[in-house]
Amino acid sequence: MIRVSGLTKRYGRAVVVDDYSMSVAPGDAVALWGPNGAGKTTVIRCILGLVSYEGTIEVAGLDARKQGKAVRSLIGYVPQELSFYDDMKVLDLLDYSAALRGLPSSRVDEVVGQIELGSHTDKLVRELSGGLKQRLGLGTALLPDPEILLLDEPTSNLDAAARDAAVRLLENLRHEGRTLVVTSHHMEEVGMLVDRVIAMEDGRKTIECAPMDLAEKLGLRAWLHLITARDGAERALTVLREAGFDARENSRGVLVEVSAQQKGLAMATLHEAGITVEDLEVWR
Amino acid sequence: MTGLATTVTERPEAHIVGTIARKELRTTVTSRWFWMWSFAFVGLAALLVMVALPGSRLGAQAGFGRTAASLVTLVQIIVPLMGLTLGAMSIAGQKESGALRFLMSHPVSRTEAFWGTYLGLAGALGIAAAGGFGVAGVITAMRGISAGAGTFVWIAVLSWLLALGMLGVGMLISTLTTSSGSALGMAIFVWLVMVFVGDLGLMGTSVATGMPVGVLFLGALLNPVEVFRLTALMTFSGSLDVLGPAGTYAVDTLGDMLLPALFTVLLFWVSAPAAIAWARFRGRSDL
Repeated sequence: MIRVSGLTKRYGRAVVVDDYSMSVAPGDAVALWGPNGAGKTTVIRCILGLVSYEGTIEVAGLDARKQGKAVRSLIGYVPQELSFYDDMKVLDLLDYSAALRGLPSSRVDEVVGQIELGSHTDKLVRELSGGLKQRLGLGTALLPDPEILLLDEPTSNLDAAARDAAVRLLENLRHEGRTLVVTSHHMEEVGMLVDRVIAMEDGRKTIECAPMDLAEKLGLRAWLHLITARDGAERALTVLREAGFDARENSRGVLVEVSAQQKGLAMATLHEAGITVEDLEVWR
Repeated sequence: MTGLATTVTERPEAHIVGTIARKELRTTVTSRWFWMWSFAFVGLAALLVMVALPGSRLGAQAGFGRTAASLVTLVQIIVPLMGLTLGAMSIAGQKESGALRFLMSHPVSRTEAFWGTYLGLAGALGIAAAGGFGVAGVITAMRGISAGAGTFVWIAVLSWLLALGMLGVGMLISTLTTSSGSALGMAIFVWLVMVFVGDLGLMGTSVATGMPVGVLFLGALLNPVEVFRLTALMTFSGSLDVLGPAGTYAVDTLGDMLLPALFTVLLFWVSAPAAIAWARFRGRSDL
């Protein structure tokens, strides 16, 4: 569905994407994961033909450079922020987007229902919360009922509740068989949404793997804050240290460093020793 | 999921240009920026007409001449500023806010985005020009002067053409700059050069260097504001005597062809900057 080969993007002398290649099959859900400035958003912009680039990008067999309009007609794009067109009403913005795609206004009604924006259509865009703006962005992307969705940090500006709602919506879209390419720097979000993660750093692809393997491949560690029964902390500390964990006391419990992929191991060790863990927190 | 993507051609499509133009027109005419200029233009036009028509002592023709001359002077100052600033804020402003990137994520080409924006802004400037001249026309008619109504409309059209020329220059500035702030600054600088420095500079240079009148006249054609002034003067007075030797030279040299020649130069100023801006925007790599 999407084939990127030897993609390089320079801004002056700075190389922001360097010889990047990826392939996304129809129905795949792929995350471009990495810190800010890794080049994720630039890859998305190249696919959309918003910036010039070296290399080749094909979408459904179409050359993104020469057939940009045709390529964009297949794609729904959700930008990171919908902070422009602040003075437009929600319904007007959706109508505008639909008109640009040659879609009937009845399609707008369908999408408004799908993304549950019905009670907000007369509001100005600037009056919407971050979560609602994100939903509106998704709404404009869904208007053509696209096979491909490109989502640029879809939950980056959302609070926890809005993020959960957005993730649920995206999960539904994924299950409809759409091809999803999501940029993100949230490990949890990546794990929930996609089948494959492409990690990027300094414009280069560093790792390509299943989401569950990402933390391991990146060598990420986590700290567990385990709350034990009142007299259990000291014993838990001893048991964990004897089992080879880096553990230390912390108020009512213990802090133990674990592999991000093996958080249960410390719990199992304590369970085998008959120590009850009343609560836990994961700190990264 | 059914895929509602309509048949797409890479060629420019009129419905897309029209959609963008309508949106741009609506956004512009509801902006405070536009209302501020329009109120200034309409208000000053009304004021000038009332001052230029003090009573019935003037004949209809003389009264109309004074009104037209006053309006031409007003247009020379305000209309270029409106066109330049609206044009300068267009591409750079949309790029800065991310709106252009959002627009271009649709199946829209750069050509469609550019000309849609241009037409929308052109429509807004047309509304402002119609408002200013409409109010001035109504006041003139109410004072009992109906002479030269056709000429009055013609000057309104010339004003709009000047606005379009300045819009093209503004959009060219917009494609040359990276922020709306610098685009606006450059637009105001160009306005100062065209409206004040251009006129005074040309006069001063001609006096200081003894510039031949033919060169002086050709120099005036390099400034679209001057071209508008000359065309408008020819339209309602039939001569360029007020320009002195350069005007006499132009009338003597070109004769009946002077007005068509001036109009052609004005059309050049309408089309050339916009075309260059379009070429630059189309070839510009990153949004």
